[in-house]
Amino acid sequence: MSEVLLQADAVAKHFGGVRALRDVTLSIRRGEIYGLIGPNGAGKTTFFNCLTGLYVPDGGGFTFCGAPLVADAPQKAAARGIARTFQNIRLFGNMSALENVMVGRHVRTRAGVFGAMLRTAATRAEEAAIRQRAMELLHYVDIAERADDLAKNLSYGDQRRLEIARALATEPQLLCLDEPAAGMNATETAELRELIAGIRADGTTVLLIEHDVKLVMGLCDRVAVLDYGALVIEDVPAVVQKDQRVIEAYLGA
Amino acid sequence: MDIFLQQLINGLVQGSIYALVALGYTMVYGIMGLINFAHGEVVMIGTLLAISVAGGLLQAGWPVALAGPAGLAAAVLGCMALGWGLERVAYRPLRNAPRLTPLITAIGMSIVLQNLAMMVWGRNYLGFPALLPKAGFEVAGAHFTAVQVVIVVVSAATMAGLLALVYRTKLGMAMRATAQSPAVARLMGVDVDRVIAAAFVIGSALGALAGVMVGSYYEIAHYQMGFMLGLKAFTAAVLGGIGNLGGAMAGGVLLGIIEALGAGYIGDLTGGFLGSHYQDIFAFVVLIGVLMFKPSGLFGEKTGERA
Repeated sequence: MSEVLLQADAVAKHFGGVRALRDVTLSIRRGEIYGLIGPNGAGKTTFFNCLTGLYVPDGGGFTFCGAPLVADAPQKAAARGIARTFQNIRLFGNMSALENVMVGRHVRTRAGVFGAMLRTAATRAEEAAIRQRAMELLHYVDIAERADDLAKNLSYGDQRRLEIARALATEPQLLCLDEPAAGMNATETAELRELIAGIRADGTTVLLIEHDVKLVMGLCDRVAVLDYGALVIEDVPAVVQKDQRVIEAYLGA
Repeated sequence: MDIFLQQLINGLVQGSIYALVALGYTMVYGIMGLINFAHGEVVMIGTLLAISVAGGLLQAGWPVALAGPAGLAAAVLGCMALGWGLERVAYRPLRNAPRLTPLITAIGMSIVLQNLAMMVWGRNYLGFPALLPKAGFEVAGAHFTAVQVVIVVVSAATMAGLLALVYRTKLGMAMRATAQSPAVARLMGVDVDRVIAAAFVIGSALGALAGVMVGSYYEIAHYQMGFMLGLKAFTAAVLGGIGNLGGAMAGGVLLGIIEALGAGYIGDLTGGFLGSHYQDIFAFVVLIGVLMFKPSGLFGEKTGERA
C-alpha cells in the first residue's frame, strides 16, 4: 500500500450540544481520490473546516506528511500544502479571475511590505512569475479567456473552476473540494470529472466531498461515509455501495 | 472671478492634504472595518517630528536641502513605526472583539497620543521651518506659491503610487483580497495580520507626508492640530465612500474646494453676518448631508469594492 498522506485520528468537534464530529478516524493515501460522503448535516464540511484550520477540533488531530498538523491558523495549513474550495463559492468577487489565482500564489512567494513599496528587481521578477503561473493555471482549468473579467461576472461553472485554479495555485499536496459539482448540469459535471482526474494524474491527492453519488463512485479510489458525525465505513466504492449501514443512512431507515 | 479662481486653487491645495489623510482612514476601514480615530494624531506627530528634526538640523547649520529631506524622512519613518505600534498594541488584541470596542480604543489612543505630544512638544504653537522656497506666481489674477504647487504635485504623485501599489503588486492584491474576505484570504496563505499592519504603516506614511505639507503650508503646528484635520479627512473619506481609495482622493479634493469656496463667499452670502473663519462648518454640513442622503458616499456601492 502506498504512503499515507493524511491521517485523521479520532477528530471530534461539537457545537454546544451538537456533536458534529464523533471521533472520526480515517486515512488518505498519497495520489488517490478520496471521497467523503454522507447525508446533509453529517459533518463533512465540519471535517473540512477542522482540516483547513477554520475550526479547532475539540479532540483528536491530524497527521499530514508524517508530522502533526497544528490546526491553529489557516494560512499555516495552506503553507503545509492543504488547499480547499468552498461549497458556497467564495471568490474575491471584485477582483479579476487572474488576480484571484495570483492571490493563491501568495503562500509560495516571499516579497513583503518593503519589497512592494520599493519595487526591487527581485519583487518585480517575482510578480511577473506569479502572473505567468496564474495564467497557466487558468489555462489548466480552461477559463483562460476570462482572465481579465471580474470573478463575480463569471458563469457558475466557471466560478467553480476558478476556485479550483486558485486552490491549485497554492501548490497543495492535498486538494479538498467541497461539493464541486453542486448545481452543475450533466455536461459540466462530466467536464469537472475529467478535470479532477487530470489533477490527480498530475500528482495532487484529492479529497472530495460530494452529493452526486454517481460522480463519487465513478471517480474515487476509496470512499468514507459519515452519518451523524460518525464514520460509518471507509472502503473502495464497490464495497461501500453494498453496505447495509450506508443504504440505511441514506434512506433514513 | 479672480476670487473664484483663487479659492479654487486654495481649495485644491487644502483638498490634496485632506485626500492624503483620508486615504489612511479609508485603507484601514476597507480592510478591517475600523475607523481609526487616532489617525489625525499620527499626522500631528509627523508634523511635530519634522519640526524637531528639520528645525534642529537647520539650527545646527545644515542647509535646507539636507535638513528638509531629513525632517520628512524622520516624520515618515517615525509615523510608520507609530502606525505599526498602534495596530500591534491597541487594535490587534481586539481583532475578534465587538466592533464598538476597537472604535472606543481608537478614540482613547487619540487622547493618549495628544497628551504624549503635549508632554514632548509643549502646549504652545510651534513655528514650522521654511523648507520650501517662498516664491509666488500670478496667473489670471490668482496668486499662488511654490509651496502650493509642491503640495499638489507631490500629493498627486503619491496617490498615483498608492494606486499602483494596490492594483499592481502582490501586497496590494493581498490587501484587496483581505478586504473582501479575510477568512478566504487566510486559506490562500495570505498572512492577514501582516496585511493589516501594512495598511496601518502605509496609511501612516501618507499621513506623515500630509503632516509635513500642512506644516509647510501654514508654517505653524500644535499638539491639537490633528483633531480637526482628522475629522475633516474622515469627512472626506465618507464623502467619497469610505473604504474606496479613489473616493477618498476625490472626496478630499472636493471637500477642500467646497470649504475654500464656502469661506470665500460666506461673507457675501450672509450679508457679512458670518465671516470666513466659519469655514469649518462647511465640512460638517457636508458630513451630515452625506450621512443623511447618501451614506455610502459618492463612489461607494453598498457591497462596494473596499481598499
